[in-house]
Amino acid sequence: MKWKKIAYTRSGRIFINGLWKDNPVTCMVLGICSVLAITNRLDNTLAMSAGVIFVMVTTSLLVSWLRSFIPVRLRILTFMLIISTFVICVDLFLKAFFPEISRTLGPYVGLIITNCIILGRAESFASKNKALYAFLDALAVGLGYAYILIIIALIRELLAYGTIFNYPLLPSFFPKMDVLGMAPGAFFVLAIVLWIYRTLQARKHPKKSSDQG
Amino acid sequence: MPLSHHLLIFLGAIFTHNLALTYILGMCPLIALSGHLKTAFGMGLAVITVMLFTALFNWPLYHLLLKPADASYISYIVFILIIAGTVQLLEIIIENFFPRLQNAFGIYLPLITVNCTILAISLFIVLRDYSFSETLIFSLGSGVGWTLALLIIAAIKEKLSLQSDVPSGLQGAGITLIIAGILAMVFLGFTGMMKIQ
Repeated sequence: MKWKKIAYTRSGRIFINGLWKDNPVTCMVLGICSVLAITNRLDNTLAMSAGVIFVMVTTSLLVSWLRSFIPVRLRILTFMLIISTFVICVDLFLKAFFPEISRTLGPYVGLIITNCIILGRAESFASKNKALYAFLDALAVGLGYAYILIIIALIRELLAYGTIFNYPLLPSFFPKMDVLGMAPGAFFVLAIVLWIYRTLQARKHPKKSSDQG
Repeated sequence: MPLSHHLLIFLGAIFTHNLALTYILGMCPLIALSGHLKTAFGMGLAVITVMLFTALFNWPLYHLLLKPADASYISYIVFILIIAGTVQLLEIIIENFFPRLQNAFGIYLPLITVNCTILAISLFIVLRDYSFSETLIFSLGSGVGWTLALLIIAAIKEKLSLQSDVPSGLQGAGITLIIAGILAMVFLGFTGMMKIQ
């Protein structure tokens, strides 16, 4: 019963929205370039999700604190500057402590800057709300993003290479579907995840079904 | 050698290393704007233009200013500022001097600042250490390749919307992703024909 009450507080609602209702990947279909490009291995995916969550939380906090000082006309540019500053932190951190992952991720770390989810949350939520809520929202949306990524990476790594975290899991006679490790597999797996999510969503809220054509 | 080398980079950027279908970049506009062939064409033109101009500015900036000053770690900030500036500049120029182009692709320009393909090109030319002429060819080819993918998807979706019965959960983004996946498989067929790095 206590659990149910939490769901009706403001912070609880923010969390549920970020994780399920307005999930950035499956509901809004934003920032999916990196979802697709780096999910062929689980370790890359974890590094990427951690990076995105870090940038998202710090950006939202800073934007929320500075929200009365940021001029309206220059706000997008200011958000971009804040985001790229934190992305540089992530990039340098990965280069220093995980050079291997940094090399495989290549340009995709830098591309966190143009991940529209971060800019979208800064613009639509953090610039209008108190720091605490901005923090919770960024965390929830970041986690919502991360768990979809991890699901996709699990499916792809297991079926494409037969491994999890590079640890062989499937018996050797199991056919390895190489195509899932490459670009087409990314598209297909995300499409299927989207399909499942939308079907579940439509069952819950029958009125609100498909989006733009 | 140089001419065929450049031709290889150009064709490679279109077919074997297609931005949209091999590197999976620029997906947000690909999903949102692939409903009609005309919008797709406008967006494609805008992307090609901005891509070429930002590469034109970013290469000298990186190699003549940031690298000698040993400040390449701030390149992300510089690149994103240049991209935002270029987009703004192109907007003003088109609005004032080429009002006819405004309807063709001017209206898509503001969306391009957060299009990841543009930033990706600047990062690729740094990672792969391209020379200036290679950079120009590569960015042009990448833009053309991305536009090609967008146009093919838009054309398929236009046909699809007339005569197909897509499950409701798959409508919109889902079916676009599946089309893109099949197209990506087609483009996989080009790999091995040429190699750029």
